[in-house]
Amino acid sequence: MTEACELLAASDVNAVADVSIETQLTVERFLYRQAELLDEKLIEDWMALFSDDGWYWMPAEADQVEGDGQPNIFWEDQGLMLMRNARNTHPRAHSQAPHNRLCHVVSNVIIESENADGDIIVRSRFQCAEYLRYEVRNFSGKYRHLLKKTRAGYKIALQRVDLVNREGPYDYVLQWWL
Amino acid sequence: MTWTTEEIAGLVEPDRAHRKAYTDPDIFDMEMERIFERTWIYVGHESQVKKRGDYYLAQVGRQPVIMIRGQDNQVNVLYNRCPHRGAQICSARKGNTGKHFYCSYHAWTFHLDGKLEGMPAKREYEGTNLDFDDPEFHMARPAQVDNYRGFWFVNLSKGGHDLKTHLGEAAAAFDQLIDRAPGKETEIVGDCFRMVQQSNWKIFLENQLDASHPGVTHESTGKAAQKLEAKIRQEGEEPPMELSFLSDFARLGHDGWTKFGTVGYRNGHSSLEGYMGLRPDDPDTNEYVRRMHEAYGEKKAEEILGTNIHHMLVYPCNSVQPPLQQLRTIRPLAHDKTLTEIWHFRLKNAPEKIYRRSLAYYYMVNSPSTLINADDLFNWWKCQHGLDSSASEWVSFHRKAGQDEERDGVSYSAPESMSELPLRHMMHAWREYMTATVGEKL
Repeated sequence: MTEACELLAASDVNAVADVSIETQLTVERFLYRQAELLDEKLIEDWMALFSDDGWYWMPAEADQVEGDGQPNIFWEDQGLMLMRNARNTHPRAHSQAPHNRLCHVVSNVIIESENADGDIIVRSRFQCAEYLRYEVRNFSGKYRHLLKKTRAGYKIALQRVDLVNREGPYDYVLQWWL
Repeated sequence: MTWTTEEIAGLVEPDRAHRKAYTDPDIFDMEMERIFERTWIYVGHESQVKKRGDYYLAQVGRQPVIMIRGQDNQVNVLYNRCPHRGAQICSARKGNTGKHFYCSYHAWTFHLDGKLEGMPAKREYEGTNLDFDDPEFHMARPAQVDNYRGFWFVNLSKGGHDLKTHLGEAAAAFDQLIDRAPGKETEIVGDCFRMVQQSNWKIFLENQLDASHPGVTHESTGKAAQKLEAKIRQEGEEPPMELSFLSDFARLGHDGWTKFGTVGYRNGHSSLEGYMGLRPDDPDTNEYVRRMHEAYGEKKAEEILGTNIHHMLVYPCNSVQPPLQQLRTIRPLAHDKTLTEIWHFRLKNAPEKIYRRSLAYYYMVNSPSTLINADDLFNWWKCQHGLDSSASEWVSFHRKAGQDEERDGVSYSAPESMSELPLRHMMHAWREYMTATVGEKL
């Protein structure tokens, strides 16, 4: 099993950890920045939030506890993120001409656990509007993050994104991460 | 408008089709009646309903149906409609209904074969025409229900070909989905991905075997995959084979797709010959081939593995890619709206790495985040809008027109070409279906 998925699966999804105000604020700021980098299309900076072996994961089913070896809506490491960014910014990425625009609001940030190394498991909720082809669509969902504490601040070992309507149907392709 | 048979026949010419075939809502209604409710339409695979009472919903033409595994452990298909007041019986897309169906409106219950079981205050029906043995008071069964090796279909009308005759050469797609398993069985993995295309269902089918589009439509993704391959090589490693599924789009370029022939079969089916190097000389493939030889004997195994189908279109509703165990079903919703259900399969007793290849393809080409279909769906949407324009009345299928070779009722594309044979072939079949009289064998 992927180590990060295992850690997330082992964490109580209803736990509320008694962390310091400082930790709470630092984690919140990190999550806001994560969403902001996507909205501003600062994709290289966004990818740099992930550890070298970090994963971005949007499961296809609610009870999934592992991304590897199973159908997913997204399951991307640094390599696949690089490819998606290269394609989306290629001049002949027809369906990204013009590019979409995203607008996230992140809230309800609750830290589930903080271990002795300062690693965090945190859940939150988001709303995201996507503007594409002169229409706005709305996504809502739940984030769960496994954040590793490093000298350079937190790094995302796993970002799990559960859309409320994960089963679809999708009326077009999700080309950028939410 | 009302269309006469002659007018419909006039929408298809040898090398072009009229835009109204794609844009007219009345034509769409006629397609539902004359094609989707008059021939064999795919419902699902038996592995979706493993236990007694398991069910899955599907849409056949305009009709909602339930695929159900009965108390006798047999798969059956019923209309999803209560004979009392018309309420749909099952509302969740899938689940287990237990030992009977239960209508949430007035608590009528039905056996899993559709027969009426009972209702509250049953005696109040005494002396009325309600008869428990009369099929009018059962959950209705489509006119014809049959399966081909565990792949279930219904035909909502009587008459016409039986399923096997209808499938004809296209049955090879389903054979391949099973026979490529060393364990001689295949199984659906998970739920399907569902995507709604903002375009006519025929535009999707035409795209599937259109060899002249991939290098153009998917150039950006091909280039991006090449970039990742180069990075991996720079780091001293060999890129995974899965990436070549995408980088091929750039490697073959705009006009490198001439070596993949297309074939048009009876009843509108068609195929594209294989292009993916799916039998490389690596330990996983070799282990897979060894298991195939062990299961079938060398001769039969090589025959199965040598079947050269990249893509089979089972008219009018399936697009199957057996070498990667993918199956798509289309459920047309309107003239400009098409739901696709995309499934993939695990081959019993194949090495895990072989499954992972099909999973990677499922993710990169067929998931809701696919970079490949992102550009496809966009093109189809643009076509649908473009065809609303009366700038020209016609859609062109001229590439290598008049140069298809026909032998024994099967047509073959001109060699070394990106012939538009499948597009012509399907529209000619469309005309046959649309102008046939009820029950006529095509």
